[in-house]
Amino acid sequence: MTHLQMNGIIKHFSGVPALRSVDFEVKGGEVHALLGANGAGKSTLMKILTGAYQADAGTISLDGSEAAIHSPQDAKALGIQCVYQEVDTALIPYLSVAENILLDQLVQTKAKGLINWQRLYSQAEEILQSLGFSIPVKKHVEACTLSEKQLILIARATVQKAKLVIFDEPTAPLSSKESERLFQIIARLKQNGVGIIYISHRLPEIFQICDRITIMRDGRNVTTKKTSETNLDEVITHMLGKSFAEEFPKVQVPIGEPLLEVTGAAGGKVSGADLTVREGEIVGVVGLVGAGKTELARLLFGADGMEGGKVTLKGRQVHFRSPKDAVEAGIVLVPEERRKEGIFVEESVKNNLSVTTLAKWSPLGFIRRGMESGHARELVNKLDVKTADISQLVGFLSGGNQQKVAIGKWLGTECDVFMFDEPTKGVDIGAKSDIYRLIGNLVEQKKGVLYFSCEFQEVIGIADRILVMFEGKIVKELSREQATQELIMYYASGGE
Amino acid sequence: MEAKKISLFDLVYKYGTVAVIVIVMLVFSLTNPYFFTYDNIADILRSISIVTFVAIGVTFSLIVGGFDLSVGSTVSLTTVVTASMMVWYEQGAVVTLVVPIVVSLLVGLINALLVVKIRIPDLLATLAMLYIVNGIHMTYSKGYSIYANMPMSDGTTAPGKFQQWYLWLGQGEILSIPVPVILTFLLVVITHIYLTYTRQGRMLYMTGGNLEAARLSGIPVDRYRTLAYVLSGLFAGLGGMLLAARIGTGQVSSGGSMLMDAVAAAFVGFSVFGAGKPNVFGTFVGAILIGVLLNGMTMLNLPYYAYDIIKGVVLALALAVTYYQLRRKRRA
Repeated sequence: MTHLQMNGIIKHFSGVPALRSVDFEVKGGEVHALLGANGAGKSTLMKILTGAYQADAGTISLDGSEAAIHSPQDAKALGIQCVYQEVDTALIPYLSVAENILLDQLVQTKAKGLINWQRLYSQAEEILQSLGFSIPVKKHVEACTLSEKQLILIARATVQKAKLVIFDEPTAPLSSKESERLFQIIARLKQNGVGIIYISHRLPEIFQICDRITIMRDGRNVTTKKTSETNLDEVITHMLGKSFAEEFPKVQVPIGEPLLEVTGAAGGKVSGADLTVREGEIVGVVGLVGAGKTELARLLFGADGMEGGKVTLKGRQVHFRSPKDAVEAGIVLVPEERRKEGIFVEESVKNNLSVTTLAKWSPLGFIRRGMESGHARELVNKLDVKTADISQLVGFLSGGNQQKVAIGKWLGTECDVFMFDEPTKGVDIGAKSDIYRLIGNLVEQKKGVLYFSCEFQEVIGIADRILVMFEGKIVKELSREQATQELIMYYASGGE
Repeated sequence: MEAKKISLFDLVYKYGTVAVIVIVMLVFSLTNPYFFTYDNIADILRSISIVTFVAIGVTFSLIVGGFDLSVGSTVSLTTVVTASMMVWYEQGAVVTLVVPIVVSLLVGLINALLVVKIRIPDLLATLAMLYIVNGIHMTYSKGYSIYANMPMSDGTTAPGKFQQWYLWLGQGEILSIPVPVILTFLLVVITHIYLTYTRQGRMLYMTGGNLEAARLSGIPVDRYRTLAYVLSGLFAGLGGMLLAARIGTGQVSSGGSMLMDAVAAAFVGFSVFGAGKPNVFGTFVGAILIGVLLNGMTMLNLPYYAYDIIKGVVLALALAVTYYQLRRKRRA
């Protein structure tokens, strides 16, 4: 029976402790959840287990004997597999689905000579079928959707004779149907005696599939409990280190005049979208992955070309040819792909926060550094960004703090309508509640908010009105009172 | 133990290039007493002034995440154009200065058109321009260098000659400091201030740092990328004009070797004082390093054709340090 034991693991980065003596244990045949806010040390611990990092101190033993893991190859050889959160780093975009699934086999094969393509494809086909996924095996990975890529990684992990499989936020890009199928696969692995480490921010699914829960905070393991002997509130309390009376407090604000009115917006996947956002109003736009939410947000922001429709902002008709036009008119977007679109990872916190307002801090074209830094410090305090200094590079911050920077850069502008595209994706509960609080502040200042998300529960908690999208169209409008997760799911999956 | 190793690397990373220059200068000074004299140092700075102009242009294209391979050809073109203005057409100061500047701005604009508007990858677009501009310069000069009293195709001799004031730009001195060295210092200081202390400079860096994030932050990225290519063309053009002033003829194909030296200087500049990104001051230090090496090797009577080996090695080392650092940064 597989038995992993990590003892006294310590890891520092440039003198800053990331892990301060962590103990962690997983048995074969269990699904063990690893929980913690961003920056708690989960990813670091897993990277040590998979050989991406070396621990400064501590021991890892597998099945009673010490495991020397000095590289990812070592970990794989020991039967430790990982399904990474950032799928693009683990896949080769210009190779086919089949090659990516059987990558390890292709790389490690001792046989010289030619690749038997026929066999490769049929083998991959078989694996996908046995898992119940339908992806064409000859398709290039670069043409795959995010959820397909995730499924490819899962398929790859199950090919190997794994003793231990780590799932890092596996359901983030998946639809609920695909998630269900993933849970079945996990159950099957579990029956075969494989140990599963499951990392997720979606607590309900943790309670659905996990046997035990280990919670980390500030680089330490706080507690390990059987799922049956704990509950949501207790878990959240441990993760935050303080009690969390209400998960999603909603700020009540009187709703005023219309700010943004859109009729018949069309472009790309989106067609005929009508919507209105008023002062102090949070309008949720929900739909499954691929329903066209991101496309709609980018259309309204001028990031992609609009092919038709009318947009009115504060009573004035507008047409955006670029995001610059949109920002000048007073509408901004916090994009979904944070690292690619929202922040400059190799620039400082200060430079990130001032990028939108630099004109204010540079009369006559020269930057007044004092003003710029003052502005950045003010935002860092207001948003509670965890950073050593405003000159820190944003790439070094945790996901939640990066997101706060991506939002913060807009707060100094005179904008009226804020669009958020999946702002809490991959963000821990502490940062999540900060983000909700921030959105609450915005509507208190009579701003309008468009909140795009596939987390139905979240949107029900925060929005005044909810628009449901399906295949590029807004198919239903629900009031806050009407909306339930079941009802949204019904319309989001094409119900009439 | 670990911490000590890191700090040693950081030290090498930050001051390595400067240390190499100092060491190289020390070695050359000890082997040749003439090396560390005012005349020779002035000579080194004079010899790198043109490359520095071109390299600063390249730095601008690197800052916005692009690349400009056409700078060498632009140097060749503006050198012969400037010479022809004086030698062939007997033009006064205004035309002699304005025409080559306009020509170099045009080259930059066309580069921008190809890269920014038509969206050809920068290396390929500017490679095409390298050929086109080089071809134009050969066609325009009919393959001959342009000098005073040169024979013209109709059997007469060229009517004009290089003007004294123009030669002064490349060969004159103020308070026994060579004019091109003064011009280079001015350019370095002005572009450094522009890039470090102005909003436009910051926006150029942000555009290169993450194009999509910059666009979604409301930065007119296409305008900034265009600006960078235009400035790249302009500085290459100024380099060519300075070259004509220095040698007093419109030498054909004179810019050919400039491209690689300029690129090397700009990339060496990445690592100077640990900047980790293109910067004017680093580029200048990179150009000095190359100048010092060439000068020292000349004194040591090394064969001319071996110089490229040394230049290549220096470039590879600087790049190794820069990319090693980037990798560490990304991993952390």
